[in-house]
Amino acid sequence: MKQKKSKYLADNQGYYGEFGGAYIPEMLMHNVEELRENYEEIMESEEFKSEYKSLLKDYVGRPSPLYFAPRLSEQYKTNIYLKREDLNHTGSHKVNNTVGQILIAKKLGKKRIIAETGAGQHGVATATVCALMGLECVVYMGALDISRQAPNVARMKMLGAEVKAATCGNQTLKDATNEAIRDWINNPEDTFYIIGSVVGPHPYPNMVARLQSVISEEMKVQLEEKTGKQNPDYVVACVGGGSNAAGAFYHFLDDEDVKLVAVEAAGLGNETGESAATTVLGETGYIHGSKTLLMQSDDGQITEPYSISAGLDYPGVGPIHANLFTSSRGLFKSATDEEALSAAFELTSLEGIIPALESAHALAALKKIDFKPEDVVVVNLSGRGDKDMETYINVMEKD
Amino acid sequence: MNRINQLFENKKNNILTVYFTAGFPELNDTLTILKSAEEAGADIVEIGMPFSDPLADGPTIQASGDKALENGMSIAKLFEQLKDMRKEISIPVLLMGYLNPVHRYGWDKFLQQCEYCGIDGLILPDLPIEEYKSDFKDKFEKIGLSNVFLITPQTPNERIRMIDELSTGFIYMVSSASTTGAKSGITEEQEAYFNRIAQMELKSPVQIGFGISDRGSFNRACEFADGAIIGSAFIKAIQKSGSIDVNVKNFISSIK
Ligand SMILES: Cc1ncc(COP(=O)(O)O)c(C=O)c1O
Repeated sequence: MKQKKSKYLADNQGYYGEFGGAYIPEMLMHNVEELRENYEEIMESEEFKSEYKSLLKDYVGRPSPLYFAPRLSEQYKTNIYLKREDLNHTGSHKVNNTVGQILIAKKLGKKRIIAETGAGQHGVATATVCALMGLECVVYMGALDISRQAPNVARMKMLGAEVKAATCGNQTLKDATNEAIRDWINNPEDTFYIIGSVVGPHPYPNMVARLQSVISEEMKVQLEEKTGKQNPDYVVACVGGGSNAAGAFYHFLDDEDVKLVAVEAAGLGNETGESAATTVLGETGYIHGSKTLLMQSDDGQITEPYSISAGLDYPGVGPIHANLFTSSRGLFKSATDEEALSAAFELTSLEGIIPALESAHALAALKKIDFKPEDVVVVNLSGRGDKDMETYINVMEKD
Repeated sequence: MNRINQLFENKKNNILTVYFTAGFPELNDTLTILKSAEEAGADIVEIGMPFSDPLADGPTIQASGDKALENGMSIAKLFEQLKDMRKEISIPVLLMGYLNPVHRYGWDKFLQQCEYCGIDGLILPDLPIEEYKSDFKDKFEKIGLSNVFLITPQTPNERIRMIDELSTGFIYMVSSASTTGAKSGITEEQEAYFNRIAQMELKSPVQIGFGISDRGSFNRACEFADGAIIGSAFIKAIQKSGSIDVNVKNFISSIK
């Protein structure tokens, strides 16, 4: 998988326009440099390509289907396809990335894996590949998320991972990421940090986007089969850090006739401030080693986002998305908790598919776009709703 | 010549630097601590600008930063507290912190205020060297502000040489691969690293920091470098009950 050339992808220094780069203390330099110097060669080696491909096929279950959703299409008077990342092993797109990164970690001779997680999907996907490869696994998770995502915590433990609670800050994804980075600082030789999204210092955003690009690579082939054309009119995906969106957009970035719709979580509404819609509420700054858009106070303190969906509850976006936003290549929308919940129930009743709360935000954006009857719209269904049943049960009990 | 260079010109060893967080334990303690530290014989003071997400810091400094932010500390507030500092303080004073609040405050205004208050140096661990060279070096040097770079046991010699060339104040030698306050004491492995750096005969003075907490570790560090930096242990000492002035002086006299 050679790096594609595109003005919307990272340059040699890891910049997407003005965003990206590696803003890290010297204590992290050794680990990050080691990865930067080696990741491309590893990813382009025949050995990696064949192992990665065969694990995606036989272990993850790829290609994930591209499903034409007839009743949803009827509802929105257009042609809607769902890219079924929810059918992957472990239940979301996150595993595409962890399979790739664990192979890179092994090539670098690392013995111990660390990760951060919000909803627990990335933590589960990491714990899974660690079990597969027999590597030690420590997952940092905000104490609040541990309490609101209990089933995923249990899965990680059963998979043999140690789940460590991040008790600083608001005890969510941002804080878990801080703790994982601190762990990496304290373990500079034997540990590999598997980051779960297109965030962090260069080369992470680029590496993770490339590992997720299999999503749009498959979409092209599947669309050609089903519609006779490789390109849809719209690709719609939710954005927390932005990895499923980066993967779904990747091979369409330079095809400017394809509209790329990124959907952020608006929580209780952007005007309330209880939101995680970074491009609406954020300003340029530095978070977790990357220059990007992030939610912050006037004094430059990073503020706590809010969303019902733990996977979208992050105060920044990956630099690729900050650049898609400022360059207007991406069309940015946001959906509130309520809109996402209603979209989740709509998909369930029309198509018999219970989506993850994160993916429900992407579905909620369907109401916000005027589609033509002949449009081809692909929604990246990034994950399944098993982990969110408690939230859905609460909604049903209220009604 | 700025105060940092003057100090290293006049004093060749046992240089004691203390670090504390601005606005901690109480918002208006900043200047009190500064004065007491100078009176007690600290050679250099580093003032931490608190940040919501201090990646390189361990629990003690994190907690002090959280408290300071709760107290209402900000960069604007800090400059207000420091505006007449030079009427009373003659030792070198550095500001240490993370990029985001400085960026948000505005670099030009930030540098102006540093000059106005008489700040001698900055330590911004997440400012990349390349960006320092291209965007900031000239601006810093024009106002006599030293940028202090960190080196760690993993920093390659070639990079250390480059950092040495760029440094105008001192080099901050991180004693082990760790966040602040995480490890204490000095191991044989660390001594080998200290010796390796000493043998490089760098042009810049070197101070050892992280894990220096008492007279023993301070003296040991000073055998290998020009001085040492105490952060977490100093913060623990000043948050004890009783007079801040007394706590600062007791701690510093226990080291020297
Ligand atoms: C199902 C699902 N979709 C989306 C996300 C958001 O992450 P990203 O924006 O990196 O795709 C998560 C994160 O936990 C997730 O679990």
